[in-house]
Amino acid sequence: MSHDSVDKLVRMANQIGTFFMAQKHPEGVASMTDHLRKFWDPHMRNAILAHVDHGGAGLDPIAMEAVKRLKPPAGADG
Amino acid sequence: MTLIKEIDYGTPESPSVKSVTLTIDGKSVTVPEGTSIMRAAMEVGTEIPKLCATDSIKAFGSCRLCVIEVEGRNGTPASCTTPVAPGISVKTQTPRLAAIRRGVMELYISDHPLDCLTCAANGDCELQDMAGAVGLRDVRYGYDGANHVFARNNGEVNFDWKPKDESNPYFSYDPSKCIVCNRCVRACEEVQGTFALTISGRGFDSRVSPGMDEAFMESECVSCGACVQACPTATLIEKSVVAVGQPEHSEVTTCAYCGVGCTFKAEMRGEEVVRMVPWKDGKANHGHSCIKGRFAYGYAQHGDRILNPMIRESIDQPWRVVSWDEAVGFAADRLKAAQEKYGKNAVGVITSSRCTNEESYLVQKLARQGFRNNNTDTCARVCHSPTGYGLAQAFGTSAGTQDFDSVDDADVILVMGANPTDAHPVFGSHMKKRLREGAKLIVIDPRRIDLVKSPHIKADFHLPLKPGTNVAMVTALAHVIVTENLVNLDFVKSRCDWDEFQDWAAFVANDRYSPEALESVLGVPAADIRGAARLYATGGNGAIYYGLGVTEHSQGSTSVMGIANLAMATGNLGRRGVGVNPLRGQNNVQGSCDMGSFPHELPGYRHVSNDAARQAFEKDWGVSLDPEPGLRIPNMFDAAIEGTFKGLYVQGEDILQSDPDTRHVSRALANMDIVIVQDLFLVETANYAHVFLPGATFLEKDGTFTNAERRIQRVTKVMSPKNGYADWEVTQLLANKLGLNWNYANASEIMDEIARLTPSFAGVSFKRLAEAGSLQWPVNDASPDGMPIMHIESFARGKGKFVITEYVPTEEKVGPRFPLLLTTGRILSQYNVGAQTRRTENSQWHPEDVLEIHPHDAEDRGVREGDWVKVASRAGETTLRAKITDRVAPGVVYTTFHHPTTQANVVTTDNSDWATNCPEYKVTAVQVSTTNGPTDWQHQYRELTEQSRRIASTIDAAE
Repeated sequence: MSHDSVDKLVRMANQIGTFFMAQKHPEGVASMTDHLRKFWDPHMRNAILAHVDHGGAGLDPIAMEAVKRLKPPAGADG
Repeated sequence: MTLIKEIDYGTPESPSVKSVTLTIDGKSVTVPEGTSIMRAAMEVGTEIPKLCATDSIKAFGSCRLCVIEVEGRNGTPASCTTPVAPGISVKTQTPRLAAIRRGVMELYISDHPLDCLTCAANGDCELQDMAGAVGLRDVRYGYDGANHVFARNNGEVNFDWKPKDESNPYFSYDPSKCIVCNRCVRACEEVQGTFALTISGRGFDSRVSPGMDEAFMESECVSCGACVQACPTATLIEKSVVAVGQPEHSEVTTCAYCGVGCTFKAEMRGEEVVRMVPWKDGKANHGHSCIKGRFAYGYAQHGDRILNPMIRESIDQPWRVVSWDEAVGFAADRLKAAQEKYGKNAVGVITSSRCTNEESYLVQKLARQGFRNNNTDTCARVCHSPTGYGLAQAFGTSAGTQDFDSVDDADVILVMGANPTDAHPVFGSHMKKRLREGAKLIVIDPRRIDLVKSPHIKADFHLPLKPGTNVAMVTALAHVIVTENLVNLDFVKSRCDWDEFQDWAAFVANDRYSPEALESVLGVPAADIRGAARLYATGGNGAIYYGLGVTEHSQGSTSVMGIANLAMATGNLGRRGVGVNPLRGQNNVQGSCDMGSFPHELPGYRHVSNDAARQAFEKDWGVSLDPEPGLRIPNMFDAAIEGTFKGLYVQGEDILQSDPDTRHVSRALANMDIVIVQDLFLVETANYAHVFLPGATFLEKDGTFTNAERRIQRVTKVMSPKNGYADWEVTQLLANKLGLNWNYANASEIMDEIARLTPSFAGVSFKRLAEAGSLQWPVNDASPDGMPIMHIESFARGKGKFVITEYVPTEEKVGPRFPLLLTTGRILSQYNVGAQTRRTENSQWHPEDVLEIHPHDAEDRGVREGDWVKVASRAGETTLRAKITDRVAPGVVYTTFHHPTTQANVVTTDNSDWATNCPEYKVTAVQVSTTNGPTDWQHQYRELTEQSRRIASTIDAAE
């Protein structure tokens, strides 16, 4: 995945994180992980996971934590 | 097939629940109190002669043709203005009444031309009918005296005569045939609410006058057609009727323009449309229309339509006309090759919000069953996807809560980021009717839209917030409601999650969300915000209507949830007159979303990971389905640029023009191996296509559309498809080339499958729709006749959910390079990317997109009215002409996106809503400067378009 697209995913993840960080119920990180599972296709999820494996530069703490909780989806084409 | 003739009861229905019984011509009649005698008579089939009365407008009592006698009362009152009374006995025909009527008619006819045989209204003229009904046999007065009929009297110029006004492209006004019944004037006021017409002069000098005795096109007239429909003679008549003649049969169908979903009678002669007349029984429009649905259907016959399939190896080649079989074969081969080479997720589809439910259903089925992935999305992505997400979170369903008629009971109407009089004109007129009856109005919009102040309408509060601050605004309104104890605690306690409410209340009560604290962020005086919040919370039934000005932001989903919070906190849900109402952009945005067009949802809004839902489809379709969400449109583009997404089948959407950041989109499209475009015209996206499959118009196919109030309505085929196939048939051809073996014989069978697999559509069928006229989903065992108002007892999700709406300023900020904020919108006469309306006479109203700029900003830059200006953002630049106006605030500029030459989306950025990736069309930081003409990009683009629209001659194609 190119730098451009990873930057975009990071930006999108941080936007999502900002929303869920503000929520009280239920816990923000879990909700964000759930959001990514529901709305990001496996390829995007794997790309952001790979980015986290490489240090996850640019990701806010909540987004980082939420992404980490994403297990590689079964049957993804990586 | 026959011509549908609706019954004209003469005066509107009385809303009273109290009954009155009287006798008319010896027959006993029971009607609601307040009904006119004229209407009561018609209820039992007695048609009292009339000219100035029609049931779309209030009684006027001017023609005196409808006189009657009431036993025991003096004189001969007009039956249109005389209400029924208990026990009275009415006679509608006596020698005295007959003589009066004949006398009245004789006077009318003495100043009316006798050219009935060659008159365009011949056979559809109420004056002619009444002359017959009253037995007029003689006109004793002659035409020698003063008259309005002849240009010359005895060789002298007749100054009372006026020439025809042919200025409007769709209808003509012939003053010589006018009987001054005032029906047009009243329709313009009462039905449309524009007040463009009046009667000038008095007595014999009385004339219908558009504006100040101007031509129609120069007046305020919006060409909705209400006056033409109301006219009892040929004075105001459709030019198409003049050209073709009277229709001989008609079919009821649904308009293919905006999300209001007006139903029309397509009045036909053979396969030729004579005119489109709004259907009185239409539940969305009640017999009203706008310029688009009523008149702008000429694109269906436009010479630009492509009627044969075409292919090309690469996009730099000219198109080659081929057979259907070759075209779909070529498409299928390339799609298969892309999947083989790049994996099953390398291809996808885009369904159309302009096509029918059945067609969208088949396109998403093609992806899920055929491609075995969930790469399906729809144009709702770029408009109301935040509504889908936000309302599902708050209430549990992704849809508006009310029917349109609910507005009749609204006491306070809050319009946010929507411009109903331009974008949803027929509902706009309905809303204005309620406002004239006294409902209060709050408008939240950066621009002074027409609703803020127009004849007999004035907003109580206009909050002209800075673009991009919606969340701050709804939270500030919530702050006032919570801190001033205006919350409807009974509602909240019984209907919503109490813990979540308390968290939310504590959050909004924080001082940093007070209107005073946010005044500088919003650019709106705190007192106005407080006043608006108090009015909404305490003014009675509060109804919120919102549009793309709410959704198309980086915090679009948050704003939608903020709006839901406001409605829940004030108890404005679950009954008539209240609610949260998204005004949908295109005719079938609601439907295409319902049909499972989104990559994460199966039809009926069930997530693809939902095993039970998936299994139902798997069983029916005989394949296993992917439980993982697919790519959304912007993700498809990103993946295409990255090189992992290689094939796209687009039905009826011009993504290149309508999606943001045109350069990004064109780069993505150019990177694909196979782009299949199915459309009426060689749209902008077709510049990058390898296969072009000609589409059919709504007049050429059967199906259903679902409007903004969840109303499912029939679309009826009135002519053979010029391209040979309805769109669903084209998808079926492609599917079968991919080996799917579909066998739908008609659209009705597709709906049966939808009903079988989608719980909220379980009770829907073409047969049920024919019986009911229309149905608002959910239609199932629990609500067999549909559901006009949702969430009455409890929310679809159980307890209503309050969501904390932290305001996060958009990354799109003004600075020294780009100091102005550009926001975009629509205009009445054009629709979306204009592919249809630009190919009609509607372009006379709006020939080009212009940039609205405040006088201060214009002066700073030396921009004068009509100057070419360059608009530059970090994404790109374009040029258009400037219009200097204070409708926009200083610091804000505005334009529409109806014309491909303007390419407004070259300027818009790739920012998007956090939850749904809905693009942030409504906020772009720009600079505006004077320029000599189009930019290099515009020149290059025009060349590219000409290049890519080349079609090899048929001889070449045959070789």
